[in-house]
Amino acid sequence: MSESSKLADAARRNFLAKAGVAAGAAAVAPGVFLSTSPAQARPADEPVSSAKRWGILVDTTKCASDCSACVSACENENGWGSSEPNSSAEQKAHWIRSVTIKNKATGFAKTLPMMCQHCETPPCVDVCPTGASFRRADGIVLVDKHICIGCRYCMMACPYKARSFVHEDLHDQKPWAPRGKGTVESCTLCDHRVDKGEIPACVEACSADNHNALIFGDLYDENSEISKALKAKDSVELRADLGLNTGVRYRGI
Amino acid sequence: MTQCSPISRVLALLLLLLPLVATADSDQGGEKEALPFSDLTFPEPARHYSAEQKCVQPVEEMRKNHMKYILHQRDETVHRGIRTRRYALEECVNCHTAKDDEGEYVPINAPDQFCYSCHSYASVKIDCFQCHATKPVRPSTLNTPESNAANSTEKLSNDIRQLLASEGQAQ
Amino acid sequence: MKLSMNYREIEGKSAGFWILLGGLALVIALAGGATLYMEHEGHYVTGMNNQIVWGMPHVFAIFLIVAASGALNVASIGTVFGKPIYKPLGRLSGLLAIALLLGGLIVLVLDLGHPDRLIVAMTYYNFKSIFAWNIILYNGFLAVTVVYLWMMMERRMNRYYRPAGFVAFLWRLILTTGTGSIFGFLVARQAYDAAIMAPMFVIMSFSYGLAVFILVLMASYNWTRRPLGDAVLFRLKNLLGVYIAAVLYFVLVFNLTNLYATEHHGIERFILLDGGIYTALFWIVQIGLGSLLPLAMIYHPTLGKSRPAIATAAALVIIGAFAQLYVILIGGQAYPLEIFPGYEVSSAFFDGQVNSYSPSIWEITLGVGGIALALMIVTVAVRVLRFLPESLEDAAVDPHAKSA
Ligand code: SF4
Ligand code: SF4
Repeated sequence: MSESSKLADAARRNFLAKAGVAAGAAAVAPGVFLSTSPAQARPADEPVSSAKRWGILVDTTKCASDCSACVSACENENGWGSSEPNSSAEQKAHWIRSVTIKNKATGFAKTLPMMCQHCETPPCVDVCPTGASFRRADGIVLVDKHICIGCRYCMMACPYKARSFVHEDLHDQKPWAPRGKGTVESCTLCDHRVDKGEIPACVEACSADNHNALIFGDLYDENSEISKALKAKDSVELRADLGLNTGVRYRGI
Repeated sequence: MTQCSPISRVLALLLLLLPLVATADSDQGGEKEALPFSDLTFPEPARHYSAEQKCVQPVEEMRKNHMKYILHQRDETVHRGIRTRRYALEECVNCHTAKDDEGEYVPINAPDQFCYSCHSYASVKIDCFQCHATKPVRPSTLNTPESNAANSTEKLSNDIRQLLASEGQAQ
Repeated sequence: MKLSMNYREIEGKSAGFWILLGGLALVIALAGGATLYMEHEGHYVTGMNNQIVWGMPHVFAIFLIVAASGALNVASIGTVFGKPIYKPLGRLSGLLAIALLLGGLIVLVLDLGHPDRLIVAMTYYNFKSIFAWNIILYNGFLAVTVVYLWMMMERRMNRYYRPAGFVAFLWRLILTTGTGSIFGFLVARQAYDAAIMAPMFVIMSFSYGLAVFILVLMASYNWTRRPLGDAVLFRLKNLLGVYIAAVLYFVLVFNLTNLYATEHHGIERFILLDGGIYTALFWIVQIGLGSLLPLAMIYHPTLGKSRPAIATAAALVIIGAFAQLYVILIGGQAYPLEIFPGYEVSSAFFDGQVNSYSPSIWEITLGVGGIALALMIVTVAVRVLRFLPESLEDAAVDPHAKSA
């Protein structure tokens, strides 16, 4: 018993040490990092809990039209983008994309990032025959590629075109973002980073470019930056008519 | 039966091997039996888990049951976000990849490398590396006794032990 | 009921028989090769992409699966509705149902990103998924139909064959409803979000299945020189006419209700007016060639009695069926998802654009292979087992001649 608590303690110490290093690194960059860092490190052996629900608020009024920092950051972090030399443009994977929308009546145009909206009641999960699509306790919707049979029904069901099918053999994947031929994939909300107490790569990149259009955090925590921002000003979920209660929300449309 | 295709020969060989595997742990004492696949050669791991123990479990255990540890860890990590490293596939790769003459890592799934030398011998197909990285990318966290301890909490090991025990009973 | 009907294996010794078998085997082998190539290279060699995720293989597979359910309809009419003239056709009907379903399922499975994980598909179930339910429904359909056939073909079991027929009949309706619901559940897509999808698929199955049945029946009796009387054939073709009309009616209702709902105006306009290839397929092939023309031929006073004309009408129905499924399946995906109503949308991921799809030779070969497999099963089965009555002459099938 005491043995095990000692081990657990060691685990926590280890994490605190790592968190300290991360904080040190962050302090070099603009101070925003520290204030946006929403999560405390969870011990590695502790499962995710439903006491949290991760989400992102996209403030489209701050999203610069010629900027694609979030998209490149995601490509670098997760290794997609230039990994499929044989696939056509229509066949290449997109975890996050920059979408330009123009109001038909007024002609006013703006851009915004689109990715998996991490729905609370995800259609992709409902239709998946094997249960490979699933929603983690903390609200992140993932594909378990070990049991995905590549039927693409989830892609048919997703209202946001958030998912991609890998059309060819891949090489040199990132260890923290396994992906491969014949399976479906989508934004993971950088679960590997979030599990370490870090924020998703896109959010970090947006802040690093001083746009601050993306706020990441725990929707269930009243005091998190994202909850406060959502409470303070209007925002919408896309395709609200479907009632999916998305984890990603948009301001300014 | 005058002719015998290569496939059926391999099958016959496997059938012959089966009792060997099944009895591997039942005979204790006396002359130490050679482990299955001992005659295969593959690169030595870059590091050892600890002074007393080469791998994350005793080598005999890993030869027989490595897939159970990896499978269990896979579900824990993917579905529950548990990020302990001791049984993570990435750490297998970190230790068991070898470098070529130019000092570059050779993918672990190359034919003569650690995973595939055995797996092709036993004709067991694995598709881990359709998705998983085949070379070390970031440093191992299993080098120091301290991090080893941090990554192998009693709780998880117990889980796996129970899993293995219950599977053993079921058989 | 007296069992006066004589069933016998076909001879299967003629050159024509072997040419048929050889030809089918060749097509199946080609399809096998195409599949290996697609699986080895990955789906980039197909015309499918991340916008059109279900392509030609699914058109073929869904056609075969839907037609399978409809092919069993003939047996059901004999058993469940007690129409004696259909009874001699029951065995072929059951056989065709099994063969078509197997052909369709093989195509569906071989197009998966991971066909090697079939075992996963069979062991991990998400019971919320209509797709998972369909896997169970399909397997059950095979089992139920096999039992049904056995009861029909084994004298000692004949007395159970009515209940078996009932089960098969119900199972079949549920199965096609399930297939239709695969689309009906896709609420996010304007083209599919309609409850009428499920019943529409049931009616479509009647029509497709009967058309295939008529063609197979005519071919097998013609090639084996067994007599096939007008009584049976005209009955079947009149029934086909009714089904074609019923499908037309459902298509009309489907499109009208869509026109009623404002959020569906976009997709309706796309299919009916300016969808290019899809509009052409809808009006010219599905409605014109596949529905109105065969209807006219079937009810035409002289053409309706000509055998080549009846066969042509059945073939046209099948061509129309492919057009209809292509429009539903590919057209539905080609039309862009409405994520931002009232906005013009563009992105590097083809948002807001009509997606293009050009099927590759590999996908088409795979699909045709599914049809060849189904026909192969039928050909071999009628050769080794007693599926076909020796004669379907009017005198042999007309109940009044017998009951006197
Ligand atoms: S956005 Fe699409 S992929 Fe993401 S959870 Fe919702 S339905 Fe699933
Ligand atoms: S493609 Fe994979 S994740 Fe998507 S529905 Fe099929 S099995 Fe599930």
